[in-house]
Amino acid sequence: MTEHAIEDLLRELTPQVLGALVRRHGQFEECEDAVQEAVLAASVQWPADGLPANPRGWLVTVASRRLIDQMRSEHARRERETSVATEVAPEDVPDTDDTLVLLFMCCHPTLTGASQTALTLRAVGGLTTAEIARAFLVPEATMAARISRAKQKIKAAGSTFGLPAGEEREERLRVVLHVLYLIFNEGYTASSGAELHRADLAREAIRLARMVHQQLPDDSEVAGLLALMLLTDARREARTTATGDLVPLDEQDRTRWDRALIEEGTKLVSASLAGPALGPYQLQAAIAATHADAPTAAETNWSQVHALYLILERIAPNPMVTLNRAVALAELKGPDAGLALLSTLDDDERMAGHHRLLSVRAHLLEKAGDATGAYDHYRLAAKATASLAERRYLESRADRVKR
Amino acid sequence: MKFIISMHINPAVLDALTKEEMDAIGAGHGAFIEEIKASGELIVTQALVDPSQAAVVRVRNGQPVVTDGPFLEAKEYLGGFYLVDVESKERAIELAAKIPDTAVEGLGVEVRQVMFSDGLLEA
Repeated sequence: MTEHAIEDLLRELTPQVLGALVRRHGQFEECEDAVQEAVLAASVQWPADGLPANPRGWLVTVASRRLIDQMRSEHARRERETSVATEVAPEDVPDTDDTLVLLFMCCHPTLTGASQTALTLRAVGGLTTAEIARAFLVPEATMAARISRAKQKIKAAGSTFGLPAGEEREERLRVVLHVLYLIFNEGYTASSGAELHRADLAREAIRLARMVHQQLPDDSEVAGLLALMLLTDARREARTTATGDLVPLDEQDRTRWDRALIEEGTKLVSASLAGPALGPYQLQAAIAATHADAPTAAETNWSQVHALYLILERIAPNPMVTLNRAVALAELKGPDAGLALLSTLDDDERMAGHHRLLSVRAHLLEKAGDATGAYDHYRLAAKATASLAERRYLESRADRVKR
Repeated sequence: MKFIISMHINPAVLDALTKEEMDAIGAGHGAFIEEIKASGELIVTQALVDPSQAAVVRVRNGQPVVTDGPFLEAKEYLGGFYLVDVESKERAIELAAKIPDTAVEGLGVEVRQVMFSDGLLEA
């Protein structure tokens, strides 16, 4: 087995082993440390000695031993609990549902989004603290403090190990999906330097979304989110030039889009749209699928894109959705119609000075033939963005309309 | 999102503070550092020596020309900074407001997002 395959296997097994341990012993924080140590031991031993006959059982046994060692050294008086733990046989753990339980636990509502994300990547994704720190471009000490604080908070909140019921479960699932979406976006958003690690994050988000979809195949928003990720990731190669500059959707070389991902994403979203409920991830996936379906940018079915944004605006109102609808509207009815819709956003304080509003207005002004207005807005947008790649792109647009 | 929270000091204002007031500012920074370390939001903080210790370097005709004193002819100088990693700009501003300098008349902190980073981490 190659080292890469072993790594994949460990990522898959980590939450299962952790779930088994937490179910048995409670104590999320201690179990999590023990599992990380076991995974580390496996990543050293398995490539050298070969896979054990029962990898999951091996990990459960080693992690249990580490946990017992921890308990012994920290609390010698807890001898009784320790001897109970020692009785654990290295049997196979059939209950893969624990992965979902773990994911729900890591997305505990008392945690901030950044902590939910970090904890999910570590406990369910099986990434080490150092790997997570690298992906988010912060020092390991910063990330370690964040993860340890998150684990303490879960402990303090008295979280019991099990899926929440009813409405709470539904709410928590929305948090889980949002966290996966955040992880994906962190990986997908172009950034200078360390791009490789970020691509890993997008892959990891897709892997976790697939896992959730496997366990909840009937949830249409889970399917929608997975489809959205696949359809977005399909464009990755075409989205930047060799030097890391952004290529807008209408200028991308569509032959470089990943057809297999598009096909999978489209199938998923079509199936989910047939269901009774309609959620924001599904709609965004449907929009992405409409773009993917067009052989050229000019052949995009804009009336369908616009209709989907209209529904999205109704079920999940958000100025960003209105902004995107303005782009679609401009394609359908001309730039002035788009600009008129944009002007409804001027009083929204969430959008004041936002680079997306500035850059979309610049685009529409350019289309409407107002070179001066377009130039000014491209320049303002370039100043407002925090992304170097985007700033370069907006400045090049400004240069282009000037000439 | 990473932000630099930079502290703009006015040496004249600092000189006018009593020892107790200076100590309170120092203690306030200590508590603030502990808090954002624990939350996992602090990346690094650095404090700078008095601007009178600064040297300005210019290269003229290929030769460095060094003069003592700060570059800016101003009343306020950069005194130090916090580099933090937070959820949002709102959170960065919330943190900035906890810095004791902000309560002193004549001092203030500035919050700006980081656009590019390198060097803090192993690749």
